[in-house]
Amino acid sequence: MAEAIRQVRVPRGAGVGVLAVFPPLTLFLFLMPVLAGLGGVVLPAFGYFPPLGGDVFSLAPWRQMMAEPGVGTAITVSLTTGFGATLLTLVLALAVAAAWHDTKIFAALRRHLAPLLAVPHAAFAIGFAFLAAPSGWMARLLSPWLTGWRRPPDIASVQDEHGLALLIALVCKEIFFLLLMILAALGQVNADKLIAAARGLGYGPVAAWCKVVLPLVYRQIRLPVYAVLAYGLSVVDMAIILGPTTPPTFAVMVLNWFQAPELGLRFQAAVGALLLLLMAIGAIAVWRCGEIALAYTARGVLSNGVRRFADRTVTWMSGALLGLIFLITAASILALVVWSFTDVWRFPAAVPQEFAVSAWRGVMLADPLAVTAGVGIVVTVIALLAVTGCLENELHNGVSPTQRSLVLLYLPLLVPQVSFLSGLQILFVVLNIDGTLLAVMLCHLAFVLPYVFLVLADPYRTLDPRYARTAATLGASPWRIFREVRLPLLMKAILAAAAVGFAVSVGQYLATLLPGAGRVTSVTTDVMNALLNGDRRIVGIYGLIQMALPVTVFMLAVLAPYRPTLRTVPS
Amino acid sequence: MSLMLKDVKLAVEGRPLLKSLSVDVPPGDVVTLMGPSGCGKSSLLAYICGTLDPAFTASGEVTLNGRGLKDLPVETRRVGILFQDDLLFPHMSVGENLGFGLPSAVKGTARHARIAAALREADLEGFADRDPATLSGGQRSRVSLMRVLLSAPEALLLDEPFARLDVTLRQQIRAFVFSHARASGLPVLLVTHDEADAVAAGGPVISL
Repeated sequence: MAEAIRQVRVPRGAGVGVLAVFPPLTLFLFLMPVLAGLGGVVLPAFGYFPPLGGDVFSLAPWRQMMAEPGVGTAITVSLTTGFGATLLTLVLALAVAAAWHDTKIFAALRRHLAPLLAVPHAAFAIGFAFLAAPSGWMARLLSPWLTGWRRPPDIASVQDEHGLALLIALVCKEIFFLLLMILAALGQVNADKLIAAARGLGYGPVAAWCKVVLPLVYRQIRLPVYAVLAYGLSVVDMAIILGPTTPPTFAVMVLNWFQAPELGLRFQAAVGALLLLLMAIGAIAVWRCGEIALAYTARGVLSNGVRRFADRTVTWMSGALLGLIFLITAASILALVVWSFTDVWRFPAAVPQEFAVSAWRGVMLADPLAVTAGVGIVVTVIALLAVTGCLENELHNGVSPTQRSLVLLYLPLLVPQVSFLSGLQILFVVLNIDGTLLAVMLCHLAFVLPYVFLVLADPYRTLDPRYARTAATLGASPWRIFREVRLPLLMKAILAAAAVGFAVSVGQYLATLLPGAGRVTSVTTDVMNALLNGDRRIVGIYGLIQMALPVTVFMLAVLAPYRPTLRTVPS
Repeated sequence: MSLMLKDVKLAVEGRPLLKSLSVDVPPGDVVTLMGPSGCGKSSLLAYICGTLDPAFTASGEVTLNGRGLKDLPVETRRVGILFQDDLLFPHMSVGENLGFGLPSAVKGTARHARIAAALREADLEGFADRDPATLSGGQRSRVSLMRVLLSAPEALLLDEPFARLDVTLRQQIRAFVFSHARASGLPVLLVTHDEADAVAAGGPVISL
């Protein structure tokens, strides 16, 4: 069906040839930063960087980096949190989808996932820390009646040396992303009918899903899974908040070298950035090998006729774990709110003794808010224009996207941010645009463009082309068809894409910190700065603002009464 | 021993769709339910299978070989169904699709033998390793029927299974399906809006 739709093209009208500039322009906008940035770390990694006196190629930076204390531990923690979080998230997301796919709960999940995704990583991590820290809300609720603690215990419940808190928080955050990706994939593989056929042949819900839907769905979510893996082992903001400290995760360690006042550390920082990239590539390669091995060994299971997969256990386990994640997420958000309005809260009281808004007065919000919202809006509008241009071009000039172009689209999400943003910063210095809004926007675009494309592409491509053809036979010009037929029909999807783009922009930490060079500060860089200051109320306020901004935009976009949906009765 | 429907009613959002239907389908018989689209005939089959959309409300008894089906989950009802689409699983070979239908209690060489026999019956000898996507519409329909029969159902429901086939192929597949259905000794319930289907089925016809 989708094939058929794609083959039928809208007749070529006048003036659509100009659309052909959009794909190369868009590719340039989001691939250039990645490639230029990677280029910017390769040379210094081998000792060549004349501005800092590196005139000859050598392996000295590699030896220097390897000699740094704690590197091995940092790399191990990064790899275990990355792999561990991805494996747990994937298994749980698949179990939930398999066991609950035709229930009312799943339908509700489908509707409410998107705003949850808009919660920025940093804000969630701070809420999580407020909840789980030794002096956090959880300890207060359980003390002293259960634990006997009269003051915060000396345990590392966050920032533990093995990165467990980071791993759990990553699972809580990424599960919603993967669930959304699975839901999108289900629509593309005719899942409901295939499951009905398998159930009719006597298969339990979980077995039917695993044997019939999983192999088809996994092909569609492979790239998102790799993105989760690469993100998990290279994340910076969440790792600073929840990860181990001495040594930190490898990505944080590399960032610290880049930001150190001693310029000599830049060479080993470049080595670290390159090594992080290699780790991401290696991790994805290992994961792919695992996929192939599993597919090979499990092939026979598909047709062995076994019709039950511990359905009840999978259902209750996955339901309980997802419920727990919802609880943690909700409690983390609540903790953020409560702490930002707290004045006095002595341990181990369950709730604050005194509420106050006084802390809000000490926070300078106007400038970072203006920057965050301004950058977010400009970048989102540019991304929408570029992506719409690309999709219109697809429609009019008959270029179908290939699997390979999809990999390109995911590139900014697969390459560790530290690896290319640090190299890009060097380039911005050379071009003398570092510390400007332009530099920040260029970096944000690299992340916003892919997401906007992913959200908009499917609705655009599956829109019935007969509407446009009918309009054309009624004498409408291509521009009028776009404006009066396609745009209104797609407005819901465009609003959703705009909300996603804005949320992605607001959440960017490294992509603001590095190109901003300390002169451009957003709500997100201020959140991370507030952490150093240590006042929980201030941290809570910034975290709350960082979260409120994208979530509000999301609610507005989703609730916008753009076009009343017509109710249809199933036949 | 048969499939029995007693006073089955269907409604969607309070609007009655099917007034009251009682049918007794003896083993080896094909009963045809005729009606225009939207009269609730596919929903009736969904009700018998246990896959009715929650937007519908339904009441009435359905018994299969003496077992009441009402509160059983889909997979334990032992009701096989063929839809308009053959719904062969695209990631499995033809042989694997058939194996998917066969109960797991059949093991080893017996398993291979059963699949080979089913392929022979469908006139598809040597097709076990083929990708279903390379099969013609008629071949796919035959595999789909064999897959259902291998799953050892106690009744067979046919939900306009010939509607997607072209006219010449339709006669051929009809003959194939009805002869196998009769030979299997299962009670068969067919819903269709095509008069020719009802004639070919040769059993009693109920107009909805």
